[in-house]
Amino acid sequence: MNPLGELYQQLIIDHNRNPRNFGPLPDANRTANGDNPLCGDRITLRLRVANGVIEDIRFEGSGCAISQASASLMTSAVRGKSPAEALELFRSFHAMVTGGPDAPSDPRVLGKLAAFAGVRAFPARVKCANLPWHTLRAALEGEAQPVTTE
Amino acid sequence: MSPARRAPPAPAAAAAPVHAPPVPQAWDVARARRDFPLLERRVHGKRLVYLDNAATAQKPRVVLDAIAQFYTEYNANIHRAVYTLSEEATATYESTRAKVQRFLNAADAGEIVFVRGTTEAVNLVAQSFARPRLKAGDEVLITAMEHHSNIVPWQLICEEREARLRVAPMNAAGELLLEQYAALLTPRTRIVSLVHVSNSLGTINPVAEMIRLAHQRGIPVLVDGAQAVPHMRVDVRALDCDFYAFSGHKAYGPTGIGVLYGKAAWLEEMPPYQGGGDMIRSVTFERTTYAPPPAKFEAGTPHIAGVIGLGAAIDYLGGLDWQALAAHEADLLEYASQGLAHIPGVRLIGTARRKTAVVSFVVDGVHAHDVGTILDQEGVAVRTGHHCTQPVMEFFGVPATARASFALYNGRDDVEALLEATRRVHRVFGR
Repeated sequence: MNPLGELYQQLIIDHNRNPRNFGPLPDANRTANGDNPLCGDRITLRLRVANGVIEDIRFEGSGCAISQASASLMTSAVRGKSPAEALELFRSFHAMVTGGPDAPSDPRVLGKLAAFAGVRAFPARVKCANLPWHTLRAALEGEAQPVTTE
Repeated sequence: MSPARRAPPAPAAAAAPVHAPPVPQAWDVARARRDFPLLERRVHGKRLVYLDNAATAQKPRVVLDAIAQFYTEYNANIHRAVYTLSEEATATYESTRAKVQRFLNAADAGEIVFVRGTTEAVNLVAQSFARPRLKAGDEVLITAMEHHSNIVPWQLICEEREARLRVAPMNAAGELLLEQYAALLTPRTRIVSLVHVSNSLGTINPVAEMIRLAHQRGIPVLVDGAQAVPHMRVDVRALDCDFYAFSGHKAYGPTGIGVLYGKAAWLEEMPPYQGGGDMIRSVTFERTTYAPPPAKFEAGTPHIAGVIGLGAAIDYLGGLDWQALAAHEADLLEYASQGLAHIPGVRLIGTARRKTAVVSFVVDGVHAHDVGTILDQEGVAVRTGHHCTQPVMEFFGVPATARASFALYNGRDDVEALLEATRRVHRVFGR
């Protein structure tokens, strides 16, 4: 597949068009904002963490297909996981999209998140894919300031 | 004579017969392209189609050569020493000031201040001219289509002085509303700062009329000419503006150098913007007296190579057939606007009657950054984002646009590449 096809996989196009877990979460007990002001990607992430797991997670925001699909797939992937498991997933995801040494040799271990492996060929877009994840980390670690990946 | 000051290029050959009316010559894109070495490169295996000229223009070989010649043949600091190299560098630097004066039709070379760019020029005027004049309740007037660089410097001083920043509105086409503008010129208005040509919309504002209206009420005017200078002849005396700012790098010169034109009477009375070497008459620990303008505003070693490169760019601009170029850019604007408007789901942002060759657009359901990435794969470089004009984006209700901005080396083939790549956006996004 060409690099563009690798980047805009059908799964990403689909999640951008029909984002999962999009909307408010009235009983959230964790929240964080992510903002890439130069490119205009914005995300608000709300979580309900109880009994040691992320019981529910929803997002709102706007931005490019990569950031929106990343938020959609991320929220699906971490629901039901413990915060530690979610952060471990972030580490693997981050390594995959940046081509870091900790990248899983087979991205399929990341499940559907492997769809973002093509981002690596587009350095200017890595920040788009990472924004929801950095926002998740901020929410789990109780950061008050909006996060940015720019 | 310094080595950088070459004989002017020979006049175009083949003069028309004496009594025949001049035949309008078409703009020769292929010839223009040959002047720009960078345009030979390829991106993702495709011919580079550079359409981000409103951000920065590529450089003609004469500019690159002038800079290289300075560093290889007569690099020295200016205004300081009596040896040959320094004299050559000083002569070239100051002759460029005279060149800029003629380029803008300023009355005196002393009215030309070299700065880092338009941003620094606006900050200089805000801090040295406007700030001391602002009292609580006074007003600064800008327009709805300003670049952040013509918003934030005013906010800084308005906040400090408890003054009000007021904004002249525009219509849905991206044209300023002159009646509302005139109504905002009040007895409290201390300065008007307005953009000559909008960077995100391409709108050419009626600055001469707007300056006249302000002057009727005794209000001085700064014009941000960053997007105007590469596309039209600017005559600061015909405009009668008090200040005019532009950047070298958008006008085929180097980055890091720009120009502030200011009427001599204003520059005389303004305090310095920065302190340092080269801007003084005498210094003791008790008291310093300042050099007259423009030196008063050029503290420290200036960007000598930048000034020399800018001089070469101005020479290059001076040798162009502006009538043919204007007709060519108008054709590109029309061709691109029509072509994009016919692609389903594409909406143009900024449809003023008077525009430079700038086309901002959005694709329904696709964020501008995705558009930009897809276009880049086709070798087409456009700017995507808010273009440092977030209030403009908000006005049009879009988070960002893709913007194609044309220069003298762009042709219809570049427009066609843009259109073909934009059609591809739909294929990638499965529509």
